[in-house]
Amino acid sequence: MEAEKDYTRDIAEIRSMMERSSKFMSLSGWAGIMAGIYALAGALIAWKVFDFNPDELFYKNPGPGSGFRNVFLLSGLILVLALATSIFDSFLRAKKRGEKAWNVLSRRLIANMSAPLVSGGILILVLIAYGLIGLVAPLTLIFYGLALYNAGNFTFNEVRILGIVQITLGLISLHMIQYGLLIWAVGFGLAHIVYGIYMHYKH
Amino acid sequence: MKISVNGFHKAFDSRIRLVLMSILAVNDRIDFNSLKEYLEVTDGNLASHLKALEKEEFIMVEKSFVGKKPNTKYSLTKEGKTAFADHLKALEKLIETQKNQP
Repeated sequence: MEAEKDYTRDIAEIRSMMERSSKFMSLSGWAGIMAGIYALAGALIAWKVFDFNPDELFYKNPGPGSGFRNVFLLSGLILVLALATSIFDSFLRAKKRGEKAWNVLSRRLIANMSAPLVSGGILILVLIAYGLIGLVAPLTLIFYGLALYNAGNFTFNEVRILGIVQITLGLISLHMIQYGLLIWAVGFGLAHIVYGIYMHYKH
Repeated sequence: MKISVNGFHKAFDSRIRLVLMSILAVNDRIDFNSLKEYLEVTDGNLASHLKALEKEEFIMVEKSFVGKKPNTKYSLTKEGKTAFADHLKALEKLIETQKNQP
């Protein structure tokens, strides 16, 4: 019986080491919840304070002075806040486990996320310059979803499901431009929070 | 040291070597420092276990330099993959038969 215990432990150790060495696990539900809260707050400010709620695809003058600049800066701020929170959180988690947050795994995760994020980001900036403001919300959802779907290979599997949710919301919102901001808030806000709570209780 | 009984390989008797093989099985190439981080062992200890696996021709070693720092990367050979898979199968089988005993 002593021997059986030993072999079962061997298998358990092999399995955990395979996962730990191939997937970035230093991400917690908290970072997701916080990102969701920032996004909801941002969407609310854009809507109530800056009166931003595009209901058409095309806006003739999105340049400086149109109020769009404020929304642009606001979204940049949300992005920086969400990124900073998740980096800080990963750093703490990794430290707790005696690992480094900046390792082969996190580099691989970031490299695989950045292809869809950077190409999507540039595309969206170009579309903004053309005045296609109505496409911003759907396309941010779609490209972020693609990045998450990719990331699912290199971190928790649930990230992949979150990616599919974002892509689906993005595609739906393409057909309902007038609800763009609302659907964006559901994707970046609500979905993140639900995901975060789920991950917090599961892991 | 090429003894293998029912798929169990002598080289995997050591816990560290078994864990090393697990890490290498899911990573194409991995460097010395990353291995050290996972295993929490000393440089000398890790090096001697790696040398043992290299002697069995289970792992390949690639030496290069990043600036002036040596950067050694390890990966599994075909033999290593087979031996590790056989070892896992043998482990599973053993646990299965023990479970079925009253």
